[in-house]
Amino acid sequence: MEDKKIIVRLRGVVKRFDGDVVVNHLDLDIREGEFLTVLGPSGCGKTTTLRMLAGFETPDEGTVELEGKDVVGIPPNERDVNTVFQNYALFPHMTIEDNIAFGLVEKKVPKKEIRERVQEMVKLVRLEGMEKRKPSQLSGGQKQRVAIARALINNPKILLLDEPLGALDLKLRKQMQQELKYLQKKLGITFLYVTHDQEEALLMSDRIVVMHDGRVEQIGTPEEVYNHPKTKYVAEFIGASNLLEGYVTEIEGGRMTFSFEFGKINLKSRGFKMEEMFYLCVRPENLRMSQCPVEHFHIRGRVTEVVFAGSVNRTFVRLVNGQVLRAESQPDVEIYPVGTLVYVYWNPDKCSFLHTQEDQIYDVIEEEIDKTLEEEANVSIDDVLPSE
Amino acid sequence: MKKRFRSQPGPLAVFYAILVYIFLYLPVAVVIVFSFNTSERNIVFQGFTLSWYKTMFSNSELMWAFRNTLIVAAVSTAVSTVLGTLCAVGMQRFEFKLKKAFNSALYIPIVIPELVFGVAFLAFFSLVHVDMSMATLIISHVTFSMPFVEVTVRSRLSGMDPSIREAAMDLGAGEVHTFFRVILPTISPAVISGAMLALTLSLDDVVVSYFTAGPNSETLPLMIMGMVKKGISPDVNALSTLMILGTFFILFFSTRIQRKLENS
Repeated sequence: MEDKKIIVRLRGVVKRFDGDVVVNHLDLDIREGEFLTVLGPSGCGKTTTLRMLAGFETPDEGTVELEGKDVVGIPPNERDVNTVFQNYALFPHMTIEDNIAFGLVEKKVPKKEIRERVQEMVKLVRLEGMEKRKPSQLSGGQKQRVAIARALINNPKILLLDEPLGALDLKLRKQMQQELKYLQKKLGITFLYVTHDQEEALLMSDRIVVMHDGRVEQIGTPEEVYNHPKTKYVAEFIGASNLLEGYVTEIEGGRMTFSFEFGKINLKSRGFKMEEMFYLCVRPENLRMSQCPVEHFHIRGRVTEVVFAGSVNRTFVRLVNGQVLRAESQPDVEIYPVGTLVYVYWNPDKCSFLHTQEDQIYDVIEEEIDKTLEEEANVSIDDVLPSE
Repeated sequence: MKKRFRSQPGPLAVFYAILVYIFLYLPVAVVIVFSFNTSERNIVFQGFTLSWYKTMFSNSELMWAFRNTLIVAAVSTAVSTVLGTLCAVGMQRFEFKLKKAFNSALYIPIVIPELVFGVAFLAFFSLVHVDMSMATLIISHVTFSMPFVEVTVRSRLSGMDPSIREAAMDLGAGEVHTFFRVILPTISPAVISGAMLALTLSLDDVVVSYFTAGPNSETLPLMIMGMVKKGISPDVNALSTLMILGTFFILFFSTRIQRKLENS
């Protein structure tokens, strides 16, 4: 994977709309043949990034390189890139066949070859017998397949997919996810897939780019992004997370103690310094409960809610400071009834540590609060003391 | 298509509807009936004849005016449809300074009183020393019908998914191919509607034409208006009947074409 050629290179890309920065100094490499997903909430700049690659938007700063060539300023029709649009964007007046053939007709490919390649595509996306129909006569899933075939027939260097499954219902979406993944593997074409659905991203991608406010939060394999989120944002956006804020209070003999507002845990030392602030992130499926204390863990809470969610049981535990943790357990694991006092714990290897910018901001705010408190204190002393 | 339950109209509603249609079509029916009248006056029906249809064709003045009307209508419709469509596409496609102002400027000719328009043309053409002729007549007709085409096409364009245009470009089509292969077919029903509007406006225009027609380019509406003083001859009834028939056919076929385009 690492030695694969880089096909797209974005450097310092900035895009503003009416003064609002939508994409903020974005650096991104896309490797040949990979399935790369840009994941983020709406408004994070993911679609704008895709549109800059397609050529529909021009970056205000930075470079967009396709196979080593800067393509900024080159119109969409002169780029070896094709797009699958969110709402399919099929040509309503053309048959399925003509829709798929559109790109080849533009390239003036001989008629006979067009017919063959269209047939091949129709077969690939399993739309045999639909060739003469109009888009309005197809279901959502079928339209989606036409849109994919219409783009893939041009053998693009990279296929851009803009939330292509957003309009489909859950069942069809699951099915299309598999089909897309299969197509991508089979054809070996690079996919840039944009979505806000984290489950979709985890399921399909070779690598995930998590975007937030026009910036990249983290780039990594689904496993890395899920198990080792680098920022608080990523931890909370991808899957549910229990985030515990604390700092190091003791380092002794290869072990360290993290203290929270509501308890302590003792873990193997990981090179943290004394007093260092951090978030500890535990996924609900790794959070365990016990009625007696577990070695190294001193976190107590009360069960407030138990929810049956089909394949798992979801238990909510309120800690002394009011924070609610979420645990998910298999149906065969004993669950504690509401009101039970429990100790929570987890396998120390199955949690991650986050340093976030929020932490720094938090520190700064705290400093400022301290300062104001001091100032207020000074003022009050002056006021209280008689001046004479 | 969703079907909604609709109740049958009551007797009062039926009666009212009949009144409305009588109000709309009685005058037209009178013209048709009197075109077969043996009497020269449009007052009483004396007997059935087809002779006015014969005299109509031998009335060279009337035929000349009819010919002028058709030429002016055809040319001005074609020109205003092309201009109006391109204008709508441009207005939809681009963002530019003072777009709102340009936009409103397009609608003003629709609301300006025709009389003002006519006088303006008269003043303008005499200022630039152009004699009134068929050409000035056509120019004036294009001017007042073009905005109608623009408005019609524009409303269709604004309902069109913008990513369809992007998809065409994405698949390698330049601006020109995108227009002819994707945009034009999508908006064609509106283009036809616009053309029909332009045609009707041109066919029966009197006010503007009164100012801009040359001595040799008198149109049918102008001629009929002129006749009002000395009495309208029954062969005009005959020609009117034929025109009603012609309009009916044009309407029939244009809606059929539109429906066909709409369904695809």
